[in-house]
Amino acid sequence: MLEIVIFSTLNGILYGLLLFMLSSGLTLIFSMMGVLNFAHASFYMLGAYFAYTMGMEIGFWPALLLAPILVGGLGALVEKFGLRRVHENGHVAELLFTFGLAYVIDELVQLIWGTVAVAYREPDYMREPLFTLFGTDYSIFRGVVILIAVLMFIALWFLLKKTRVGMMIRAALTHGNMVGHLGHNVPRLFMGVFGFGCALAGLAGVIGGPLLATEPGMAVTLGPIVFVVVVVGGMGSLIGAFYASLLIGLLQTFFVAIDASIADILNAFGMNVDPYGEVTGITLASLAPMTPFILLVLILIFRPRGLMGELEP
Amino acid sequence: MLKPIFTFLAASLLLVGTASAETVKLALIDPLTGPMAAAGQPAFEHLKYAAERINANGGLNGNKLEIVGLDNKVNPQESLVQLQKAIDDGIRYVTQGNGSSVASALISAIEKHNRRNPGEEVLYLNYAAVDPAFTNERCSFWHFRFDANADMKMNALTDYIADNKDIKKVYLINQDYSFGHAVSEAAREMLKEKRPDIEIVGNDFHPLAKVKDFTPYVSKIQSSGADAVITGNWGQDITLLVKAAAEFGLEAPFYTYYGASSGVVTQLGDEGVGRIYQINEYYGEFEDPEMAKRQTELYEQSGWDFYYLRLSTMLDMLKKATEKADSIDPVKVAKALEGMEMETTTGKVVMRAKDHQIQLPMFISVMQDDMKYGAEGTEYNFKKVARIDREDVSLPTTCRMRRPK
Repeated sequence: MLEIVIFSTLNGILYGLLLFMLSSGLTLIFSMMGVLNFAHASFYMLGAYFAYTMGMEIGFWPALLLAPILVGGLGALVEKFGLRRVHENGHVAELLFTFGLAYVIDELVQLIWGTVAVAYREPDYMREPLFTLFGTDYSIFRGVVILIAVLMFIALWFLLKKTRVGMMIRAALTHGNMVGHLGHNVPRLFMGVFGFGCALAGLAGVIGGPLLATEPGMAVTLGPIVFVVVVVGGMGSLIGAFYASLLIGLLQTFFVAIDASIADILNAFGMNVDPYGEVTGITLASLAPMTPFILLVLILIFRPRGLMGELEP
Repeated sequence: MLKPIFTFLAASLLLVGTASAETVKLALIDPLTGPMAAAGQPAFEHLKYAAERINANGGLNGNKLEIVGLDNKVNPQESLVQLQKAIDDGIRYVTQGNGSSVASALISAIEKHNRRNPGEEVLYLNYAAVDPAFTNERCSFWHFRFDANADMKMNALTDYIADNKDIKKVYLINQDYSFGHAVSEAAREMLKEKRPDIEIVGNDFHPLAKVKDFTPYVSKIQSSGADAVITGNWGQDITLLVKAAAEFGLEAPFYTYYGASSGVVTQLGDEGVGRIYQINEYYGEFEDPEMAKRQTELYEQSGWDFYYLRLSTMLDMLKKATEKADSIDPVKVAKALEGMEMETTTGKVVMRAKDHQIQLPMFISVMQDDMKYGAEGTEYNFKKVARIDREDVSLPTTCRMRRPK
C-alpha cells in the first residue's frame, strides 16, 4: 500500500508539473492579451518534434535549450503577422484564428514527420534508475523533469515579480493603454509574451515527448486538459494554474490506484447500494481519465472564477 | 440481309460484356488520421500493396481491384457516414479492422442496407475486429472475419501460459469497450479452467485511446506482484503501456494481442527484448523467401512492415472466390467464400461456413534483437516461440445464420 501511495504521489506530481509547464504559457497569454490560444498544445507538440529532429544532430541538452527558443520564435512570428492583424476584428476572430492554426500545425506535423510516433527518447544514461524503491525504478530522467519544472516555476515567478519586464507585463495586464502612453512598446511586449508562452509550451514538449510519446495526436489529447487546468486554476492566475495542475495530476493518478467502485464508497458512508449496478459498479480507476472534466464541471458550478482567479468569467 | 448485321452487333455487345473489365472497389473504413492512425495507415498501405499483386495476377476474375481509404477516426458514427459515402459511390466491398465498436455499427448498418436494397448488397470483410459476438450470437451472412477472434486468441495464449509453471499471478489490463471486456472475460474463464491455481491479481479497464500516462497503472501492476500481464490493447494504448512498464523496470512479461503494433519496437528498444509476447497469425522471422521479399518490398515502398499476413490472405481468398463464382457480385462471392480452404505460408486456413470465422494456425512470438528482418528499420522483431495448430485454436460457435434465399 505504501509503495502505491509513494509512487502515485511521485507520478502525480510529475504529471502535474508537466501540465503546469503547458498551462503556465497559456494562462500568461490569456491574462495579458485576452486571447485563448487554442493552438497552445500544438506548440507543445512542435517543441517535441523540434527537439527530436535537432536531438539527432546536436544531442539532447542543446536541443532542450534550442527547441523552446525556436518554438518561441515561431510563436512571436505568429503573433506579429497573424494575431495582431486579426486582433482588430475582436476576440471571436482571434479565437477562430488560433483554432485554425491548431489544425494547420497538426497537418503540417503529419506531413513532415508522418502519422505515427517517432523514436524520440531521452539519452540512455538518463534511463538508469535514480533510485529503486520496492522493486520499482525511478529513472534519472523523471528526476530531471521535476527539477526543470521547479526551476522553471521559480524563474517565472522571479521574472514576473522581480524584474522590470515583469513589472511592465503586470502593468500591461490591467492598464495596457497607460503603459503605452508611458512610452513602452506594448505591441512588442505582447509579441514577447506570446512568444515566451509558446516557448514554455515548447519546453514542456521537449520533456513531454520522451515521457509520453511524440506523435501527431499528442496535441489533441493533452489540449483539453490544459484548458481545464486554466479554468480550474482561475483564468489568468499563474499560482492557480500551478495548484490546479498538481491537483489534476494527483487526482488522476490516485483514482487509478484506488481499487474501489462508486458503490464501495457510498456503502462506506452507510448508504446501501448495489455494488454491481450499472452506475454504482463503475470503478474509480475507470473514472480516472474523466477526473479533470468532472473537476471542471464542479468548479464551474461552485466557484466559477476558479481556485485563485480574480477575473469573473 | 439484316441478319449478319444483327449477329455482328450482338457479338460485339457480347464482346463488350465480357471484355470490359470493371474496377472492383474495396473501401477501407479505418482510422487514417489521429491518435490511432498508426493502426489504420499500415493496413491501408498493406492492402494497396497486396492489391497490386492481385492485379498483376489477373485481378478479381479479370477485374481490377482498387483500394479506397475512408477515414473514420475509430468513431462508429463517423464510420456510418463513410459507409454511406462508399455505398453512394457504388462500392460493394467494405473492409475494416480497428475497433469492435466500429465493426458492430457497420454490421448493423450493412444488415439493414442489404435487407432494404436487394441487388445492391454490400459485403463486409473484417480483418481485425475480434469481438467474439460477431461470429456467435450476432453473426451475419454479410460479415466475414479473417482474423482469429478474441476468444480463439485467448484459447491459444492460455494454452501457452498453462504450460508455464512459473506464472502464478496474472494481471489483466484492457481497453474499456466490448473488445477489452471480451479479452478480460475470456482470460478469466480460460485460466480458471486450464490453471485453477493462477490468481488474477488485477483486472483494469481504461478508456480507449484517451490515456497518455500509463505510469499509475504500471505502479499498480508492480505492487500487485504479478508474474505476467495479459492485455488486448492496440494502437497507442499498447505502445504507451509497455513503454511505461519498461521505464519503471517492470519485470513481468506482457502477453499481448498486438505487441508488435507499429511504434512498440521503436519506443522500447532493448527493454522489450524477451518481455513482450504476441499472439498473432504470423511473426517476424520471414523464413519463407516469398514473405521475406514482401517484407522488404513493402518496407521500401511505404515504410511499413509486412505485419498483416491476414490482409494478403483476405485478398487472395476474395480473388479465389470471385473466380469460383465467376462473378464479382457480392452475394455470389459470399457464397463462394463459405467453407473456402486455402494454403498460406503458415498452413491451411478455412473460412468456416457456419459462422464466417476463419480457422487458422496461430503463433506466439516474443520480441528479440539481432533479427534478420528487423521491424520499423530496427534490429528487433518478433521471434516464433510456439505454433498452435488450427484445430487447437478453433472454438465452437453459437451462430445460427440467416442466409439470403
